[in-house]
Amino acid sequence: MKPKDDVGIKGYAGYVPKYRIAPKEVGDVWGKDGELMGRSLRINSKSVPSPDEDVVTISTQAAKWAMERAEIDSDEIDAIYVGSESHPYAVKPTATIVAASLAASPNLTAADYEFACKAGTAAFQTCMGLVSSGMIENGMAIGADTSQGAPGDALEFSAAAGGAAYLIGSENILARFNYTCSYTTDTPDFWRREGEKYPQHGGRFTGKPAYFKHITNCTNKLLKETGKEPGDYDYAVFHQPNGKFPMKAAKKMGFSKEQIEPGLLVTRIGNTYSGAVPLGLAATLDQAEPGDKILVTSYGSGAGSDSFDIVVTDNIEKVKEQSVPKIEEVISKEEFISYAKYAKFREKIHDGGA
Amino acid sequence: MQNSEKRSMTEVHNLRDVAIIGIGETQIGELWDKSLRELGIEAGLKALKDAGLHGDEVEKLYVGNMSAGKLINQEHVAPLIADYAGISEVPSTRIESGSASGGMALAEGYKAVASGMEDIVVVGGAEKMTDVGEQEAKDILSSTADQEWETVFGATFDSLYAMMARYHMDNHGTTKDQLAQVAVKNHANAAKNPNAQYPRETSKKFVKNAPMVADPLGMFDCAPISDGGAAVVLCPAERADSFDGDPVEIVSLGQGGDHMAVHERRDIGTMKATERAAKKAYKRASVKPQDIDFAEVHDNYTITEIMAIEDLGFFEKGEGGRATEEGKTELNSDISINTSGGLKAKGRPVGAVGLNQAVEAVLQLRGEAGERQVDQPGYGLIHNIGGTGASAIVHILRRWS
Repeated sequence: MKPKDDVGIKGYAGYVPKYRIAPKEVGDVWGKDGELMGRSLRINSKSVPSPDEDVVTISTQAAKWAMERAEIDSDEIDAIYVGSESHPYAVKPTATIVAASLAASPNLTAADYEFACKAGTAAFQTCMGLVSSGMIENGMAIGADTSQGAPGDALEFSAAAGGAAYLIGSENILARFNYTCSYTTDTPDFWRREGEKYPQHGGRFTGKPAYFKHITNCTNKLLKETGKEPGDYDYAVFHQPNGKFPMKAAKKMGFSKEQIEPGLLVTRIGNTYSGAVPLGLAATLDQAEPGDKILVTSYGSGAGSDSFDIVVTDNIEKVKEQSVPKIEEVISKEEFISYAKYAKFREKIHDGGA
Repeated sequence: MQNSEKRSMTEVHNLRDVAIIGIGETQIGELWDKSLRELGIEAGLKALKDAGLHGDEVEKLYVGNMSAGKLINQEHVAPLIADYAGISEVPSTRIESGSASGGMALAEGYKAVASGMEDIVVVGGAEKMTDVGEQEAKDILSSTADQEWETVFGATFDSLYAMMARYHMDNHGTTKDQLAQVAVKNHANAAKNPNAQYPRETSKKFVKNAPMVADPLGMFDCAPISDGGAAVVLCPAERADSFDGDPVEIVSLGQGGDHMAVHERRDIGTMKATERAAKKAYKRASVKPQDIDFAEVHDNYTITEIMAIEDLGFFEKGEGGRATEEGKTELNSDISINTSGGLKAKGRPVGAVGLNQAVEAVLQLRGEAGERQVDQPGYGLIHNIGGTGASAIVHILRRWS
């Protein structure tokens, strides 16, 4: 899918809650070797949202910084799409609250997206379409999550919180979207039914027939359709449910450790679901130079992948002088908490009202 | 009856000799894109092709399958597989005896041919275990223990075998190193088996450091959850030379039983069902344990292999661990045990296991086992147990001549 006219990223930013929990702390509670689990998942710690943080607050903070970076006013935003699988409401959009918080209401279109971990990149594509067709000037695409793992489930070692926002437009862009493509099937590897608090997953079924199949097919499709090779890119960002999967997928497709490392945040903050690829791309842009080429492939269970071919423009230079916090600055604020505090924050235990 | 020990099983019972004239096996593993029927058909067609037969020549089909009802919500699987294999008119029957379903199906196939009821019989085994989650698959395996007296009180398959391991360690001095060596050996064999789920070597250190499942059994002491199928074609031995496959004779079989619940057994370091099955099989074949050159034994846990090689008479009770540690069960040593990689490393499509074992035995006796070939084997033995050992079946095979 080649955009009709110029479209790219005018501003971007990410937000990740400061609280962290270590795999050992989780493992100790459930009688598992948490350190071993952490090593095998390549996750040293994961982020935990405080009780006052949710997809709305994460999205709003990221979007505010993205606007600051793009140097645009809130009334210039024509669309907001928030991709998440942990929207605070089942019915009532996150996007309207974010729009109101940014003072972008009411002259805009807004909606929520859900596609497991790739709802954020689905929002990218929507904004790309609206901008490149000339229907809107500026669209805000957000991917954010505060994902839950059932007590005792393996997901407790990885499910984290965070998100990133992208202001997509056609002028003064920091990076251009040259091409995007998707690969979508009906694959039940991970799901949460209506009314259920915690998601369920198919164990190792989430690997080969799910993550790896979609990531590799979508990436290879992009490479084929654009006539490029892994070596043509300076950086690559893949969805990162843990540290092991993206490393393995990258190696299999011929990408190097050096290409993916700048965007590989999962080892420090865990799997931020819809926020994972947008955050990884943001961290990569933070250190990119004009002309750098970036390949991005997201993955959402259920299942599908979106790939993007991105080239960085000269405007990236101005980012380096701005006071908007870079991803490294955001995620280096860490406060480790106990499982007990984590259980309270994540509402696994409740105030008894005494 | 006094002279019966000198006569063969078929002579004693006035039966026909039975030969395996075709074998077929699928890849074993997490086969996400293959269904139970596809696994059964693939194995069966490979076996028929090996024998040079067509589906319309099959007179009877037996299917070993443990728990399709729970694993894929499908009962009545024998006619299902026959139908989708294009032989819906062929009479077919499913045989279930827990994880010994495959071995028991082979025994029924043997009886059908030996008795003269049928000539060309296909015995297949297939299991599709990965359509349910890992925990559910484990619960289903545990359902082959006594639900009313064991599992309802929280005992799992893993924990019951862990108790046997602990007992064996306490009473016979078996060590965790010796248990680990079973896994190391079977992985080394599986590395030479293209159909194995885990065709790679491992180390004693890695096995011992694996996450604990049920003390003293760690993850690498346990066989995996697998999808897979295997099949053999049987015929009267007198006709065996008229087919394509190099024939192998089923010399004898013996089946044994024991208490369903582990707590009913006097000595949980011994599997009486195995002893009983082996005793009958040896007697009927007029052979001794020392005559066996290789054996595929049921190693759903590392401890199970150690108990099996003792209960089958290859080693004295209590010596199984030491013998394993000394390398006596490695390929082409004193007795080659689980040359295929066993359930541990070749994989465990549970209701098909007995047929996977038969396929390995035929490959060995034909001299077609490639890198894992046993030097000129005379007799091979296959041993398949159900649940925690309430049922067991032993077959003894040799090259037909």
